[in-house]
Amino acid sequence: MRQALIKEQAQTPGKWWRRWLRWPASSGDWVFQTLTLLAALCLVGLLVAMALYLLAEAWPSVTLFGPAFLTSTAWDPVRGVFGALPAVYGTLATSAIAMIVAVPLSMGVAIFLAELAPDWLRAPASFLVEMLAAIPSVVLGLWGLFVMVPLIRDPVEQWLGGNLGFIPLFQGPPFGVGFLAGGLILTVMSLPLITAVARDSILAVPNSQREAMLALGATHWETISRAVLPYARSGIIAGVILGLGRALGETMAVTMVIGNGYQVTLQLFAPANTMASKIATEFNEASGDVYIGALVELALVLFAVTLVVNIIGRLLVYWTVSDTSTRGQ
Amino acid sequence: MNNRPSYLRRKITNYTMMGLCGLATVIAIGVLLLVVGYTLANGISFFNLEFVTQTARPLGEPGGGMRNEILGTMVLVGLATLFGLPVSLLAGAYLSEFGGGRVGTAVRLVADVLAGVPSVVIGIFVYVLVVVPMGTFSALSGGIALAIIMLPVIARTTEEMMKLVPTTHREAALALGIRRWRTIVSVVMPGALVGIVTGSMLALARIAGETAPLIFTALGNRFGFSGLNQPIAALPIQIWRYAVSPYNTWHEQAWAASFLLVMLVLIISVLVRWFTSRLNH
Repeated sequence: MRQALIKEQAQTPGKWWRRWLRWPASSGDWVFQTLTLLAALCLVGLLVAMALYLLAEAWPSVTLFGPAFLTSTAWDPVRGVFGALPAVYGTLATSAIAMIVAVPLSMGVAIFLAELAPDWLRAPASFLVEMLAAIPSVVLGLWGLFVMVPLIRDPVEQWLGGNLGFIPLFQGPPFGVGFLAGGLILTVMSLPLITAVARDSILAVPNSQREAMLALGATHWETISRAVLPYARSGIIAGVILGLGRALGETMAVTMVIGNGYQVTLQLFAPANTMASKIATEFNEASGDVYIGALVELALVLFAVTLVVNIIGRLLVYWTVSDTSTRGQ
Repeated sequence: MNNRPSYLRRKITNYTMMGLCGLATVIAIGVLLLVVGYTLANGISFFNLEFVTQTARPLGEPGGGMRNEILGTMVLVGLATLFGLPVSLLAGAYLSEFGGGRVGTAVRLVADVLAGVPSVVIGIFVYVLVVVPMGTFSALSGGIALAIIMLPVIARTTEEMMKLVPTTHREAALALGIRRWRTIVSVVMPGALVGIVTGSMLALARIAGETAPLIFTALGNRFGFSGLNQPIAALPIQIWRYAVSPYNTWHEQAWAASFLLVMLVLIISVLVRWFTSRLNH
């Protein structure tokens, strides 16, 4: 039976690939689905390959320094001794500054865009805030270096140092470039993402929640702060986490305004480096397995941290979306 | 009863907080206008025909331009499209049409996480993956790095756009006896085409401004295009090199190049917005 079928197939006129597509009947579907599946698995493969390749290249440094890599403050290419603590600290400190400024600000923007803005203003204002994310990092860095840093150096740091100099944060010479400048640039870069996710989760809050609160005699703000925001809480947290993920990994703009120092200090005005900026500044000049390995290990640490942060953030977003779609009936 | 804040106080709180939210929006948009406005205003004064048509002059001579860098960025974005677009379209088709199960959920998460991986890490990855085995920095590796950055973005956009095509279209095609794959390729994808194209253009505008991954892969090249397996110039890299240099003429060139990049992003964003708003009506 099968033999006969094959024979008949072989005699069917037409190009060979047409015959192949005709037998078995669903082969086209199978091929297409497999092809798309392979493309989708490409993404998974890339992520896995990224971890493995980075680990392999960082291996000389990993074996040489061990866990002490993360706690050592040395960075001496001449003697071949490397420690990541100042870079890790720089990343955490600048991201913390960014979050302290960006979270309240983007909450305000998200509430305005979702709840307060009149209809004609909502779309254009949302568009403008999203545009902030579209400015190339290097352009923002250029602006930061030539416009923002001089302003930070003169009025801001001078004033803070002069009037609040008793606080350790505001001690030290006003360089302009440093933790503060890096943190402020990161604020600009993480704000649009936090705003977008928070706005969407506020918009997903069912109207019945607002109406119930208003019916109880609450003011507009009380409705927002006691009914809408608690309901949208997990989405807002997800937005903050995703914004943090972006701040941790942002490279060019920070590299240009952070001043290339390498120290663990409370002084906000001091030049510093983040993991990303350290890599960007030194990688092309690095030579030797250990030096390159140390920089790649920095990239590996950065990769691991942003991976964890992004997975948590994304899962929260998925959970919020499926949650509101079932709860919001 | 006396512990409850008076109506006046509640009203004041109400207006204060609403005012603060408005203020936050004004600040956010103000920063955008400051950055874009300053870049455009400052950049246009150094931007001229010479900037687009000429190569860099020796330091100290006025004039000159970034022809090589502009061409280089076009080559890099072209390569990234070539490598990244087919895979991301197929991956997006999988997520939209077959991605209902666990594999789909996992791939979706991976795509979103991949989009959040810092571009500097992707640069190092491609350095290890391509540059080290090839033994040289190259346009090819730069294109691959940019392709990896655009891959998850376009895949997710494609998925969203294909999901917007009504199920009835699929059912109509299937009822005519058309195979599933043919339905997807000839009915669903054309239906989502405008959305996919605009989403892809946005992604392309973004990667045209990417710098960090190119430093370790494309490297930059002052002598014009010399083959895909050779280092290649790119606008963003040159903006960075010029910006941190101490020379005024180089700063001016950096501003002019930034003008070009910002205009590119601006025009594409506005076009895409115009298209999508027309689409929704």
